[in-house]
This record gives sequence, structure tokens and C-alpha cells, in this order.
Amino acid sequence: MSDILTIAEHRQGELRDVSLELLTAGAELAEETGGDLHVAVISGDVDRYAEGLDREGVDAIHTVAYGEEFNHDVYTQAVTQLVDSLEASYVLGANSVNGLDYLPAVATRLDVPLVTDVVALETAGETLTATREMYGGKVETTVDVEGTPVVVSIRGAEWPIAEGEGSAAVEAFDAEIDEDAIGSSVNGFEEVAGGDVDISEADLLVSVGRGIDEEENLELIEELAAALGATMSSSRPIVDAGWLPANRQVGQSGKVVTPEVYIAIGISGAVQHVAGMKGSETIVAINTDPNAPIMDIADYAIHDDLFDVVPALIEQFS
Amino acid sequence: MKILVTVKEVATVDDAFEIDGTAIDERYLSADLNEWDDYAIEEAVQLSEDGIVDEVVTVTIGDEDTEQTIRQALAKGADRAIRVWDDALEEVDLLDVGAKVAILEAVVAAEEPDLVLTGVQSGDDSFGATGVALAEAVGTQWAAVVNQLDLDNGADVASVHRELEGGLEELTDVDLPAVLSIQTGINEPRYASLRGIRMAQRKELDHQTLADLGVDAGDVAGDLELTSMYEPESESDTTVFEGSADDTAGQLAELLREKGVAQ
Repeated sequence: MSDILTIAEHRQGELRDVSLELLTAGAELAEETGGDLHVAVISGDVDRYAEGLDREGVDAIHTVAYGEEFNHDVYTQAVTQLVDSLEASYVLGANSVNGLDYLPAVATRLDVPLVTDVVALETAGETLTATREMYGGKVETTVDVEGTPVVVSIRGAEWPIAEGEGSAAVEAFDAEIDEDAIGSSVNGFEEVAGGDVDISEADLLVSVGRGIDEEENLELIEELAAALGATMSSSRPIVDAGWLPANRQVGQSGKVVTPEVYIAIGISGAVQHVAGMKGSETIVAINTDPNAPIMDIADYAIHDDLFDVVPALIEQFS
Repeated sequence: MKILVTVKEVATVDDAFEIDGTAIDERYLSADLNEWDDYAIEEAVQLSEDGIVDEVVTVTIGDEDTEQTIRQALAKGADRAIRVWDDALEEVDLLDVGAKVAILEAVVAAEEPDLVLTGVQSGDDSFGATGVALAEAVGTQWAAVVNQLDLDNGADVASVHRELEGGLEELTDVDLPAVLSIQTGINEPRYASLRGIRMAQRKELDHQTLADLGVDAGDVAGDLELTSMYEPESESDTTVFEGSADDTAGQLAELLREKGVAQ
């Protein structure tokens, strides 16, 4: 019997969705192992968060009331102490920016294996089999880890949100936080540069990615957007290169968009990008690579060179 | 102040490829400098040019073939490079986070840098965890997913922005020494100049074995065993527009008009 411990995530007073996805993943594992599902929630208004985390299948919720927002030193100390105290076999957290800021430290401190960005999990006896991607989503792999404990970070939106009210015991966990070991302090938060265009409001987005090659070629996409009466957005590399401002970026670290039609031009469809646009009603992909991950979620696709297709499309509307 | 930058050579995969067992057949792979590490190198070199950092050293785990990639980092302005490799590593299918940390920990112990910069993740195995795990192993501070770094001369604290999800950044002060994982977009990585490439040939590229570093071969065997690799099944029923560019553009135009989003 192996117990599972999932670590909830919250930001600026709100539980993040991945906290409830973690409960689904945790409940599935607990069913396989016959163990209990424990949830930890650390910092902030932990009692209120505990109410939100009390879903079907959760056996116990452990609250650590220390500080307001995420601090990796506090999380690392609290989680390692909880794992020891509960003798948990599998520790599940989010493969989020904050997850990646403390879970590797937890695994190292406990001297146990770490598997990140997992999209599927199963156990058989003492073996955990995790499915994860490599090469930007071009291949999937399975990795086996023998023995416990194991620390796992799961990719967001791969498991459904846990529904159904639970009747978990809520217990305050008295973590001993060594303040001298806290070597970083969060001084605040900042929104990325705004601007006059809100891509999350557009009905038709013409979105451009790395396939555009050169900054000068953006003119072609601007021309298309003008011809279609569309708004222009982009994937991360275009913003990283400074070719478009940050408020045009679609993705996990940019904006989440849900237009009626999203035309992805020269975008391969890295998971971080897909996270920001998969809710679009209709997705059209224009890309030379028929195996690009974007094709998995596209409703319509053109497997051709954007430099041939886009001018032809502009022609159709002029 | 000394900065150590972890530099990885990653494999990039052709559009069409075949899988051979638990690896992509080598015919379909090309070697490249890991994109995230390119930004980390640039950040270190800029700090060096600003007179805040005295020495930029790179460390790479890789065989002799990776020297071409290491020379790229040297050509961009790193002062010297360390390459770690030996037969025990040749045998490892998947070098997991624990194994990488065992090696890098020994390099940090030998070099005693004030700051270690890593890329947030690598383009091939995408663990995204080496920097933070390394910091914990060597007992320094850290910050993951840094997209702005402010460091003053002689400072004992680095002020960073961490890029959170949804267009939000966290402003954090981190005590030095520290390990920072660097996100793309933090700067604009330079191309190696011809002069830089020529100078790189004369810079020191030090090869170290596990024994040189005092690392036990057992520590790099790793905890994770790669058991299968396959192309993901597509779950979508995509309609593919066929024909010439004019044909496909015509079909797409029709769709957009049908949807009423373009006239």
C-alpha cells in the first residue's frame, strides 16, 4: 500500500486549476496502489483553499499556514517534512513555473528520483511507469522508476479536474520552517507590457511562428491580417526575438485566446503554445511539416510552404 | 565574480524520422546548441562585458563531437570550457536529473562559481529541473525560469524576474551564490563573429573524466529507465486541404467566409 501526496498550487488568492487536476491523477494512482490520497496546501489562506480541495477521493488535506505567496524555500521544507511524516510513496506536483522551482529541490533533498512533465502514469508493484514527451513533442517515451518515494511533476490539462464533494479530514501540519534557510524573497508581481491590442478579444487570429524566418517577412502576415480584418498574434519565438510586443504572445506564459478561428502559420505547436490556444473554436494550421504537433489539434491543415500559401490567400481577399 | 554556464548539445529531429528501439535513428538527427543555454551564455557574456563578472566558464557533458558546440559558446565570449565525458556515460540511455547533478555538483565544487546559469530546459529530454536540483545539491540558492537579471558589481544579491504563467512576472531577490535557470527572451543572443570563432580556437577546452572529478560511475547510471519511444498517435480528425497553394488558399478562403470571420 502506497500513499500519494499531491501539492496544490495557488496564486494571488486563487487555487490554480492544476491543483484539481493533480487530485484526479493522485486518485487514479491511489486506486492502483490501494493507498490514501493526501493533499498539501502551503501558504496563503490555507483553510479556504482546503475547502476547494475537498473533492471525492481525497482522504486528508494538510494545511501549512506560513507566508502568503509561493516561496520555494518554504515549499521545499514543508513538502520534505510532509513526505517523511506521512511516509508518502509518490509526490505529485504541477509541472508549472513554480513546480519547477521547488520539486527538483524536494527530490534532491530526499535523495529520490524525479520525473518531470509527465502526461500519463501507472504503477505495477514497485514500478512506476511515466509517459513523457521528448524532442518538443515529436516522440512520446515511457520511463520506469523502481522503488519509492518518487517525485513527479505532471503537465497541466492532461488530467480532468476532480469533481464531486469530498469528506476529507483537514489537518494543520506543523512544519518547522527554518527561516535562516530562506535565501530568496518575493517582492511583488508585474504584468507584462500591455498595449492597445487585446488578442483575447479577437474573433479571428492570424498567428505567426518561427517558420516566418526573418523579421522582414512579418510584413506578409500583417498584409494577410489586414486583408482578412484579423488580429495578429504569435508564438513565443517571435516575441523572444523582439519582432512583436509581449502582449501579442499566445501561450502558457502569454495570453490564453479563444477566437472563432485561429490560423497558426509556421507554428510547430509546442505544448506551451497549445496551452494558450487549444480552446479556439476552429484551428487552421499552415505548416510544411505534416508531423508537427500543431497538426494533432488542428481542425484544418495545409501541409505547404507558408510563403506560397499566404500570398495566395491574400489574393483571395483583395 | 565567476559564472559557470551549463551548455548542452541537443539533437534536433528532421520532419520525417524513424525510431530505432528507444532512440531516433541517428540519420534523422542534427546537433545544435540548446536554445535556452544560448540565452544563458549571452547573459553571462553581457555581465562580463559590463565588468560585473571576471570569468565565464562553460561546462558540458558530452563526447568529443560536442566540442563544435562548445566552441560556439567560446566564440560568443565565454573564457574557457570544461567537457565531461567517459566510457561510463557512453553506456547511459537517458541521463536523468540525478545523474547530471552528480557530475555538475563535482564541477561546481572544483570551480566555486558565484553564479551558475543553466537554460530552463533542454530541447531534447526537457526535464527542466537540472538547475534547481543542482542548487539544492551544492547548497546554494536558486531561481527557476528567470527572464530578467539585475546584478550589481560586488552585490551579494541578484534581483530577478521569474516568468510565471499568464503574462505575470514575479520579482524576487536571491542570495548569492545561486543557480539561475534562464528563460528564452531574456536577451538577444549574439551570433559568433569570425573574430570570435578564430579566438575560440585558442581558448582552453578542458576534458575531464568522472575519475578526474571524483564521481562514481554508479552515480551516473540514473534512476530512470527509458523503456519505449514511439510517435504519438494523433487524436484529431484533421481535414487536410490538398492541391497547389492556390487551391488550398481557395479552400481556406471558402472556410473563412463560411464561418463569417472574413469577407
